[in-house]
Amino acid sequence: MNKLKQLLATGVVATIMSTAAQAEYGLNMPVGVTETSRQVYDLHMLILWVCVAIGVVVFGAMIYSMIYHRKSKGAVASQFHESMTAELVWTVIPFIILVVMAVPATTVLIDMHDSSEADMQIKVTGYQWKWHYEYIGEDIEFFSSLDAASNEARQVGSDIDPATVENYLLDVDKPLVIPVGKKVSFLLTAADVIHAWWVPDFGWKKDAVPGFINEAWVRVDKVGVYRGQCAELCGRDHGFMPIVVEVKSEADYAVWVAEQKGAAAAAKLASIEDLDPRELKQKGKKVYRANCVACHQVKGEGIPGVFPAITGSVIATGDINNHINMIMNGKAGTAMAAYKDQLSDVDLAAVITYQRNSLGNKVGDAVQPAEIAALR
Amino acid sequence: MSTVTDTHDDHHDHGPAKGLMRWVTTTNHKDIGTLYLVFSLIMFMVGGAMAMVIRLELFQPGLQFIDPGFFNQMTTVHALVMIFGAVMPAFVGLANWMLPIMVGGPDMALPRMNNWSFWILPFAFAMLLSTFFMDGGAPAGGWTIYPPLVLQGGNGFPFMIFAIHMMGISSVMGAINVIVTILNMRAPGMTLMKMPLFVWTWFITAYLLIAVMPVLAGAVTMLLTDRFYDTTFFNAAGGGDPVLFQHIFWFFGHPEVYILILPAFGIVSQIIPTFARKPLFGYSSMVYATSSIAFLSFIVWAHHMFTVGMPLQGELFFMYATMLIAVPTGVKVFNWISTMWKGSMTFETPMLFSIGFVIMFTIGGFSGLMLAIAPADFQYHDTYFVVAHFHYVLVTGAIYAIMASVYYWIPKWTGNMYNEKMGQWHFWISTVSVNVLFFPQHFLGLAGMPRRIPDYSVQFAEFNMWSSIGGFVFGLSQVFFCYIVYKTIKGGEKATDQVWEGAEGLEWTLSSPPPYHSFTEAPEIK
Ligand code: HEM
Ligand SMILES: [Cu+2]
Ligand SMILES: [Cu+2]
Repeated sequence: MNKLKQLLATGVVATIMSTAAQAEYGLNMPVGVTETSRQVYDLHMLILWVCVAIGVVVFGAMIYSMIYHRKSKGAVASQFHESMTAELVWTVIPFIILVVMAVPATTVLIDMHDSSEADMQIKVTGYQWKWHYEYIGEDIEFFSSLDAASNEARQVGSDIDPATVENYLLDVDKPLVIPVGKKVSFLLTAADVIHAWWVPDFGWKKDAVPGFINEAWVRVDKVGVYRGQCAELCGRDHGFMPIVVEVKSEADYAVWVAEQKGAAAAAKLASIEDLDPRELKQKGKKVYRANCVACHQVKGEGIPGVFPAITGSVIATGDINNHINMIMNGKAGTAMAAYKDQLSDVDLAAVITYQRNSLGNKVGDAVQPAEIAALR
Repeated sequence: MSTVTDTHDDHHDHGPAKGLMRWVTTTNHKDIGTLYLVFSLIMFMVGGAMAMVIRLELFQPGLQFIDPGFFNQMTTVHALVMIFGAVMPAFVGLANWMLPIMVGGPDMALPRMNNWSFWILPFAFAMLLSTFFMDGGAPAGGWTIYPPLVLQGGNGFPFMIFAIHMMGISSVMGAINVIVTILNMRAPGMTLMKMPLFVWTWFITAYLLIAVMPVLAGAVTMLLTDRFYDTTFFNAAGGGDPVLFQHIFWFFGHPEVYILILPAFGIVSQIIPTFARKPLFGYSSMVYATSSIAFLSFIVWAHHMFTVGMPLQGELFFMYATMLIAVPTGVKVFNWISTMWKGSMTFETPMLFSIGFVIMFTIGGFSGLMLAIAPADFQYHDTYFVVAHFHYVLVTGAIYAIMASVYYWIPKWTGNMYNEKMGQWHFWISTVSVNVLFFPQHFLGLAGMPRRIPDYSVQFAEFNMWSSIGGFVFGLSQVFFCYIVYKTIKGGEKATDQVWEGAEGLEWTLSSPPPYHSFTEAPEIK
């Protein structure tokens, strides 16, 4: 029995040691790339070492006692059971340690709350299950959702080995781009349920609450790509709404901004042109797969009791105006979002046309981008 | 109601009723205690099975087995079942069995209510679990049931709310019974400051229960009206506030975590002195520490909400208050160690689980202290680091204490000794596996893995696999525990009345198993 205990004990120690060794190459909290993240990291390490030190004393005393004060060693129990001095000592000393901890923690917290004098502001809105970014005063806005490769691999039984997908679950179709060295303030909110925006390298996460606006900021001092994830349970695909931030040099950032403005103008033009219904349907399939399948499912069958089917649905096969209204404005109090803020005129027209003429429906009509634009 | 005094003569002939009806109609504290404990063990297995499904899906990156929506149902119901179905009823069962005996009384003060408070539970959980078979499945918004997400649930939603109401009613009735029993059923001479610590910690826990269960009931009722009666308590579009729910929930939720741990403190304070053969160190400071923890537990709730966007002053207040809790908690740990110090220790299974409790609960306390530091919590929050924290305090804390108490008292309950060798095996397998299960989760969280996700990026693969393997072994070893308990009930070496050499307290003056009615004549208190 004793041999066995020894063996088990060695096993535990070995596990802890090997995990500790791993921690060195990237399994501790990241130091990050902002002043804040470094402060947070320092706080984390400080409190960690304080705990380790207390642990060594406390567990050391326990282990000593377990070895030397055992009956089998002939130990005779003394009967002391009170000491005012001891009680005072172990009330006061921990209290002092806590006060010492509280001082740097308070300083860092005050710093983090100071989002004044920002160089630029970005409004971040959480949607089920993607992020929307709006550069305030810049006329740039877009959605950012899980990229196609990860999305394909993460389906149940996809048989695609995640190891073969680059940045599995941590890649998006269109990353957020910010300039290096500038104080960027984020205004966080949500359109449906609560989400939380988190990039570990920036040193914080913050909830995005529908109907309220939270503020947080970063000043990144290293060009690079930083990845994170939604950190507040937000429904079925909570695990699949990553965040990617590309931090560019100021010059590169300016180029990027110019590109975005050009692209926005092109999109506006596109919504004036009429499209062939077949083209609309094809485009609509893509839009449906990216935005609707999570609830209404690939074949449009929905999930009984929670998410209605599209196939044979009264709305998707009835009066087209009701259908357009449902997609554009959503249905209050349900998971059905108002997509007029999320999709372009072309995408809306496409997905509505797709739903009416595919997924087992054969209504035969179509809606054009210009009609959607007129309804805005 | 038959009272203690008028039935003195016919006591000796009336034992339990025969057959199944004994359990349905019983008003006997031991029978009801047994019912609670058996129910809790069943729920522990049900909740454990869900944990196995979760760990199976997380064994590898990619989705192999279950839909993400079902995964969320698993995590949600796993937590509700473990908290309300396994840990809380186990403590109430222990209270039922032991409190009347420990204070030298004949039974619980309110035996009929006692029967009620148990029999509500199977219905509550049947209702909760039935939601798996409804359209939309079981609740999937997390055990914290935050709106607006939880309002998107399927047909199971109102059933979950009603089940929570029933659990709350059961808990409050149990708590009232505990308080009345402790205040009224003590033998002459059993002053408050002579009560065993298990009695004290339950006394304080019962007040916490009465204070916060109605708060939870209010919160879930508001959810219900938001969903079905067009109120907008938690809907910003109607002038409400989703964060308000979180404040109310955690005003319940933080005291709740102490409801889950204070009785465990009591248990360990009974067991360590027995096996150290030395009186508990600092009895009165233990009582004061427990009371201060209970008080502080009401003013720290928003440490669960540091990232929700509170004003700076609020965050500072809740950070300081939370850090303060570490002081009385530390006092308890130091007192346990001083009790062991210079004792004459032996290491039977109850002692092993108690020592395991002290060490691993302290590890959970350390991570708690780290989480209390608000700026650092901005990183830790909603990651596997938090998952590791609360499993250290709940599994190796609360559940280890419950296991310890079962090994400690089962010879008294059944009259049979459990198999010591098997008990030791159970301890060592559980302890190794539980650390393989939960320790790597600290690293996962620090490295950036959020909680409540069914799939993860490949950098987290290795530790998740470790964690799952630990989980499967831990799960199996609890099946072994069921077997040990079953075997002990069926037979085994006869236990003496004293059972443990160093045991002190009234329960050891009764026969093993004790008579159907505990102390019909008040025992003498030294
Ligand atoms: C020294 C004592 C403790 C401190 C300072 C502490 C602190 C904290 C903090 C700050 C959090 C929030 C973390 C976050 O979500 O970011 C937390 C979470 C939690 N703690 Fe503790 N804790 C302590 C002891 C306990 C005990 C004794 C229990 C239960 C037996 C417990 C159970 C929990 C649970 C269940 C959660 C997570 C709840 C959830 O979000 O689902 N803690 N703790
Ligand atoms: Cu989320
Ligand atoms: Cu708490």
